[in-house]
Amino acid sequence: MSIILDKVNFSYSEGTAYHIQALKDVSLEIPDGQFIGVIGHTGSGKSTLTQLMNGLLRATSGSIYVDGEDIYDRDYNMKELRHRVGLVFQYPDHQLFETTNFEDVCFGPKNQGLDRKEVELRAYEALRSVGFPEELYFQPPFDLSGGQKRRVAIAGVLAMKPKVLILDEPTAGLDPAGRDEILGLVSKMHRELGITIILVSHSMEDVARYVERLIVMNRGSVMFDGTPKEVFPHYKELEEVGLAAPQVTYLMHELRRFGLNVDTGATTVKEAAADILRALQNEGQRK
Amino acid sequence: MGIIKASKLVHEFIRRDEEGNVESITTALDQVDLDVKEGQFIAILGHNGSGKSTLAKHINALLAPTEGSLWVDGMDVQKEENVIPVRKTAGMVFQNPDNQIIASVVEEDVGFGPENIGVPTDEIWQRVEKSLAAVGMTKYRNHSPNKLSGGQKQRVAIAGVMAMEPKCIVFDEPTAMLDPNGRREVIRAAHELNREKGVTIILITHYMEEVVDAVYIYVMEKGKIIMDGTPRQIFARVEELKAHRLDVPQATLVADELRRAGLDIPAGILTRRELVEAILSVRESRRG
Repeated sequence: MSIILDKVNFSYSEGTAYHIQALKDVSLEIPDGQFIGVIGHTGSGKSTLTQLMNGLLRATSGSIYVDGEDIYDRDYNMKELRHRVGLVFQYPDHQLFETTNFEDVCFGPKNQGLDRKEVELRAYEALRSVGFPEELYFQPPFDLSGGQKRRVAIAGVLAMKPKVLILDEPTAGLDPAGRDEILGLVSKMHRELGITIILVSHSMEDVARYVERLIVMNRGSVMFDGTPKEVFPHYKELEEVGLAAPQVTYLMHELRRFGLNVDTGATTVKEAAADILRALQNEGQRK
Repeated sequence: MGIIKASKLVHEFIRRDEEGNVESITTALDQVDLDVKEGQFIAILGHNGSGKSTLAKHINALLAPTEGSLWVDGMDVQKEENVIPVRKTAGMVFQNPDNQIIASVVEEDVGFGPENIGVPTDEIWQRVEKSLAAVGMTKYRNHSPNKLSGGQKQRVAIAGVMAMEPKCIVFDEPTAMLDPNGRREVIRAAHELNREKGVTIILITHYMEEVVDAVYIYVMEKGKIIMDGTPRQIFARVEELKAHRLDVPQATLVADELRRAGLDIPAGILTRRELVEAILSVRESRRG
């Protein structure tokens, strides 16, 4: 499912003293099946962007097309859009409220008006695909660890079978192990279910490792849009807006400064190590 | 004895059913020994549920030991009469700044603590002044905390603890909810307090990059201290850290990969600069 944003503007509290323009002339095209990372410091417009995409906020001006249809068209089925573009909020696990984990996951599909059998089927499917342990299905959600709660919350959105899944900092507050598990899970869902993933994150190391396309937001505008390899060489500009490149990017640039002919586009530990070895080897041969 | 000393500290969480029968016992701390000298900056690492926060709450007398003992500045935390003095000695900064800010103006929030312990008004203002300056937030003293960024809020929370003039501050995952900028601000503030005011700092975190400047690190898992040493000693054990599913700084990981590929890179590399130097010296030796 493709999403196109055409010159989208969004302001909070327009016409009052608290007027803030959260998005300025944002144009983006999101084709089917991409794994996209959105980064930007607090207040850069990332969350506004995600909420526009599933119709929770309405653009002040500009248009949004989902599968070629204008979502601001009077006849457009906004409710349907929210089922197709699933949004997992930051700290979604704070919103678990049913008596059991299973019931909590049922909530979304139940609201879609599906019959009980289909609802339960989807809940099973969703809980299974997030790797949630079966013995906990009918336990209350309150005793779970942070990582497990987060899985239930993600399953709740997955059960609505969205075509696009937007995750707003899905790993905030989790430890490294929990973080790797959740990101591994998201990456697996992307591969196996073929859905479009939009991952909002603060961690450059994480996005470098997982996403194929990176959108950098700054003050309500798109600052960079490209593969991590294309974006991270702009680390100086990223720093100016309160972001940073992954640690290895800096390492490669420093080595370059000392004359070692390494690829400054390396963004992960494995790439960097392999490239340093290659560069040292090459030097040896030249001699 | 150091300012914080734990000896065979045990804490059990006991869950009871409706009739009061014991349902389950979780051992959150299991024979923990700890010795922190006054003025040190130490770090405690471990993932969620490893017992770090339980330990922190003992240092602040929020929880009492099930077995073993803990002394804060020589005071046994088990003794009822020591509870208040212990809390004055060891301040605590929590994970979520929104949960610890209570006033509607920054300077009032910072003054809340000292006012509560009966500090005279003149002195409260002096302390507020000093604390805000120490975390670089003087400019915002008349602002509403609502409009501050996460890192700024957390610095206000730190100033609030500072104003109580504790000898020791426990930071319990102070950066978990912040963006990279906010994280840097908070860690810098902690180091400055340690360096300039001589406050003992205990930093609990799961971000490895934040602990490379600590003098000593304890690694916890399942309520036990499983590794301890200087950052260099700890980070030389990459495989072990990974096995305990802890994060390792990227520079350390690259160094480890290179070493395994046969390059002569020393163990325990912590920073980018050290790694660059090591790689360049490998290159030198090959040329020579």
